[in-house]
Amino acid sequence: MKLSRSGHRPVIPGFRIAMGFAVLYMSLLMLIPLSMLALRAGQSSWDELWATFTSARTLAAYRLSLGGALIAATVNTVFGLIIAWVLVRYRFPGRRLLDTLVDLPFALPTAVAGISLTAIYAPNGILGGLLEKGGIQAAYSPLGIVIAMTFVSLPFVIRTTQPVLQDIDQEIEEAAATLGASRWQAFRRVIFPSIMPAVIAGFAMAFARAVGEYGSVVFISGNMPGRTEIVPLLIVTRLEEYNYAGATSVALALLILSFVMLLVINLLQAWARRSAPV
Amino acid sequence: MGIEVANVTKQFGAFAALRDVSLRVKAGELIALLGPSGSGKTTLLRVIAGLEAPDSGSVLFEGEDATTRHVRDRRVGFVFQHYALFRHMTVFENVAFGLRVRPRRLRPTRADIRRRVMELLHLVQLEGFAKRYPSQLSGGQRQRVALARALAVEPKVLLLDEPFGALDAKVRQELRRWLRRLHEEIHVTSVFVTHDQDEALEVADRVVVMNTGQIEQIGTPEEVFRSPASAFVMNFLGTVNVFHRRVDSLTPGPDAIELQCPDELPAGSRPARIFVRPHHLEINAGPTGAPGLRGLVQYINAASPQVKVEVLSEFGEVLQIETSQDRYQELALQKGSEVFVTPKEMRVFFDDGHHGPSTPSTQLPDRMS
Repeated sequence: MKLSRSGHRPVIPGFRIAMGFAVLYMSLLMLIPLSMLALRAGQSSWDELWATFTSARTLAAYRLSLGGALIAATVNTVFGLIIAWVLVRYRFPGRRLLDTLVDLPFALPTAVAGISLTAIYAPNGILGGLLEKGGIQAAYSPLGIVIAMTFVSLPFVIRTTQPVLQDIDQEIEEAAATLGASRWQAFRRVIFPSIMPAVIAGFAMAFARAVGEYGSVVFISGNMPGRTEIVPLLIVTRLEEYNYAGATSVALALLILSFVMLLVINLLQAWARRSAPV
Repeated sequence: MGIEVANVTKQFGAFAALRDVSLRVKAGELIALLGPSGSGKTTLLRVIAGLEAPDSGSVLFEGEDATTRHVRDRRVGFVFQHYALFRHMTVFENVAFGLRVRPRRLRPTRADIRRRVMELLHLVQLEGFAKRYPSQLSGGQRQRVALARALAVEPKVLLLDEPFGALDAKVRQELRRWLRRLHEEIHVTSVFVTHDQDEALEVADRVVVMNTGQIEQIGTPEEVFRSPASAFVMNFLGTVNVFHRRVDSLTPGPDAIELQCPDELPAGSRPARIFVRPHHLEINAGPTGAPGLRGLVQYINAASPQVKVEVLSEFGEVLQIETSQDRYQELALQKGSEVFVTPKEMRVFFDDGHHGPSTPSTQLPDRMS
């Protein structure tokens, strides 16, 4: 019998091959295309890049995209949590239907979503008309963009939180009750900390989805430069102008910003997990 | 605090979990609810705790009706089978939870909470573990944390649902004795649920034997073990040999019991089951004159203080017998040996539910109905 040289042979076989596939897959699908983006941007001079990046129009687009995505993700975190709670905790007729409905934003072509949302929120639409009377313009305004972003990023918090909520033992809440905790105290002190990592993960995905959203937003936003123009649209505009350097520099900046934000959220999640070892 | 359960009924769909159950627990008592799964013991415990509302009947705490009182306000300490610890909290925070969630004017100061928690951790012998998380503890340690957490709110009643059910045999034994000592120390009225008869008989002041949603017998461990009120209790409290015979109900007393199967049955004999515990069957090399059965030794296990012997009787019944190591040596028992088995004590239950002319002639001659 031959003893392994390292003495640390992993018990679970297949590490090398699995890792190899993972790296290859990620490289082909993500790292190579994305590094091409960086290369392309690198062809322009630094000053040129900086000028594009700091132009008023670009900055406004960034503010709108990131700000809108942040609002959409936050709104979906609150309501997603409530929907997940309802789906897990209560048995009511139509529960399965509602559960299926949640995934619809995933399946629907976003252009379809954009068109229907516009039809409803436009000044001559059902909801748009009502809002108009209250002096609020929904379609063709930043509000419309937030609505579209909220629509497409709806499923994430629900789908990440649902299984964790399902796993929480009823006994945990009963224990809290026997110790004198009110329903709210039990939720805040016992349940919420347990589902926190899942909620943060859902928030991150919803945010990422909203930042990248294009199809539905272009229909409802009106695409006014500096006012209702989102970053993905700005990139397309630049491409249509054959301004490839401009397009790639905007895209690269978005890529870096998104990556940093996701990284921060991931760290936050790791921290939330560490304070709740399983 | 005394607890009274009066005529409680609880139905889950078509399943009757509790059927008209009444029980009185004296202040400071340690009671075991013993029964197989589905006997309603856990439901009864949960009804007392207020985690389950009875369909009818009432629960009284110290003579006061508490049936509709919310679990929050009952001041019961509840210990769950699977601990139900808050896994994102340290041991300290788990124990402190009940104190921290009190309304502000009743909440102790930080220093008081700290002192109280450390006291309790000392009581459950886990002082050094305050900063650990539940996932870093063994099963026995987790259960002690759960107990400390339940005691932190100074409950008037301590309710334990199969507290040692998820632990291995050795830890169970230790925790059992420890619970007994703890109860002697703090003397809080306690009710615990178990399906393990040894646990119930060893720990409790009184044992409540339950079956199919009803109470079969209530008594001290000795009472229920020595004089089981029903065939079920007899069967449930340890291994027992059952002989299906016809017993002469006209001739009361042990003379009516005949383990042989006579061809001619006396008039008035009725079908009955005769129960004999393994240690009440005596093995002899040959007939002794006392009534008994002939048989062949099938199996011997001498690896315990009491030697376990399996004998196939002349009527094809497999008898479980326990005998002392000395007696085993003396008889030089071997697989295949022919032996003569004599019961020293037995209980008879007629199949129609009545007690028969019971047990050893010499000791309990008047036990019959």
